[in-house]
Amino acid sequence: MKRRTQLAGLLALPMFWLVGIYIFSLIMLLATAFWTTDPFTSKVKPGFTLRNFEQLIVNPAYLSTAVRTLLIALAVTALCMLISVPLGIFMAKIAKPWLRGLLAVAITLPLWAGYLVKILAMRVTFTDEGFFNWALGPFGITGPSFSVTTVILTLTYLWLPYMAIPVYTAIRQLPANLFDASADLGAGAWRTIRTIVLPLIKPAIIAGSIFTFSLSLGDYIAAKFVGGSTQMIGSIIASNINLNPPVAAAFAVVPIAFVVVYLLSVQRTGALERM
Amino acid sequence: MSSPIAATMASTTAAGDVSLTGVTKTFGDMTAVRDLDLNVPQGEFLSMLGPSGSGKTTVLRMIAGFEDTTSGSIRIGGEDLTRVPPHQRPVNTVFQDYALFPHLTIAENVAYGLRVRGQSKSDRSDAVSSAIAQVRLEHVSSRLPHQLSGGQRQRIALARALILRPRVLLLDEPLGALDKQLREEMQIELKSIQREVGITFIFVTHDQEEALTLSDRVAVFNNGRIEQIGTAREVYEYPQTEFVARFLGLSNIIPARTVEQLTGQARVVSVRPERVRLLTDADATSGNDIVLAGTVAEIVYTGPTTRVLVDTADGLRLITETQNSHHPAADVEVRRGDRVRVAWTDDHSATLP
Repeated sequence: MKRRTQLAGLLALPMFWLVGIYIFSLIMLLATAFWTTDPFTSKVKPGFTLRNFEQLIVNPAYLSTAVRTLLIALAVTALCMLISVPLGIFMAKIAKPWLRGLLAVAITLPLWAGYLVKILAMRVTFTDEGFFNWALGPFGITGPSFSVTTVILTLTYLWLPYMAIPVYTAIRQLPANLFDASADLGAGAWRTIRTIVLPLIKPAIIAGSIFTFSLSLGDYIAAKFVGGSTQMIGSIIASNINLNPPVAAAFAVVPIAFVVVYLLSVQRTGALERM
Repeated sequence: MSSPIAATMASTTAAGDVSLTGVTKTFGDMTAVRDLDLNVPQGEFLSMLGPSGSGKTTVLRMIAGFEDTTSGSIRIGGEDLTRVPPHQRPVNTVFQDYALFPHLTIAENVAYGLRVRGQSKSDRSDAVSSAIAQVRLEHVSSRLPHQLSGGQRQRIALARALILRPRVLLLDEPLGALDKQLREEMQIELKSIQREVGITFIFVTHDQEEALTLSDRVAVFNNGRIEQIGTAREVYEYPQTEFVARFLGLSNIIPARTVEQLTGQARVVSVRPERVRLLTDADATSGNDIVLAGTVAEIVYTGPTTRVLVDTADGLRLITETQNSHHPAADVEVRRGDRVRVAWTDDHSATLP
């Protein structure tokens, strides 16, 4: 009996949080997606309709925004991988301890600064009279201005630590003699990275990609401040949140669906069990 | 001296000859290997023996190419490889903890080197199965390394290195992680594989018994130098330094003062316990014998032998070791505290500098 009381004491707050706040609010969101809105008063009326989901497919602007958001999230994830793997190899296997420490700080630094601060930093860099054009303009290079490209760069800037840290840690944990053994058996550096390093750090890359992918899908502030006219799923949710909550809710289901599909496809490769 | 070595040494450079000239390696201000010369003729089984930190593993890693030399040169088959990266050297390595690739099956591990060389799957499959058969592990080829025992992983590491037909095989304490019985089995297997393939083996170990049993020659390392190099018999019976005498098995080091009293010559000698006889009153001694009197301090039964520790009047503790060839039930004739004499024949001892 005493054990039960102790257990209840231990779990009361976490369970209230998980079930009462976290799961319940998600279920409410899902439920709202099937409700309707009074077109005159904008009042939400409980009921059951699939019209909100129909909108996502029928409305070309909605559909293209969903596709664009998916492509942006994939591009951010790919870019984070392309940066993290070579960086992780350099930090874990080549860099001297002082340089490794310096790079670790450089990677985690963006985590310490506020989210809006970083977006504004990118805005200052890429605005027409900004640093990028000022520095490279004399060479005839003009920046991407505020566009999809800048959104991808900004999101990469925001989420890189979530990929770079697990990838670096995984490479650090690879036994040094696997590198020696691969070279000993005739493999050059590139071969070793492809056939030994990448397969062994796949779980870390996938762990990181879940963050970069899902965080990118959910973001809209970057699109708002550095995207010019770029719209993402989040932009549409934000503009409907007061006018038409059921449409916003239906659209909110889309990123969740993307992440679920992503997790399922990753699971098929067997990488999740080793995480 | 075994004749095949002498024969190859006399001939011109063979493909598997390894030659290190004036090799030095420093890590920061620590010198791991200093001005080392070493010649290993084709087909020899050479052991590099020494305590940890003596430089033996660094020498092996420099031959493999994993470490640069600070100065000096490394040649294999007459070709200067000092600045050649590891993946282009005609040597392969069996690593201390095997270094099998954990995500590849046993067959894929063994095939790795051939795959890197661009051999197609069908071309390499025969070579892979015969390499796995050579170490008698056909039944595990589709498993992953973590599903194998230590001894099996060890043999796969050997197969993976030998499939490339290296001119020289480097072995970095390959048996260190195995238990005693398995280690002895693997020693026999290693020796027979080496005879079969006939390539140069350079074997690093800190286990003196292993070095003596396996090798054509043993190089004893200490402080980044080779203290002595020679056949097992030479380094064991005729140690040239006190370090070698002490590192290879038990040894009685007799100080010059004592030797001078006994023979008139002031020199330090080393004499192995099994060469020291425990005398009873009836035992006669010859003119060549050096005889000391003392008291039995300890009697140690080791199974095959019995060690009797004798303290002499001038504070020396001598170890004698005798085979237990008498009737198993009979005790050794001496007891602790007995006054005894011990003797050895002068030319059974080695003079140390």
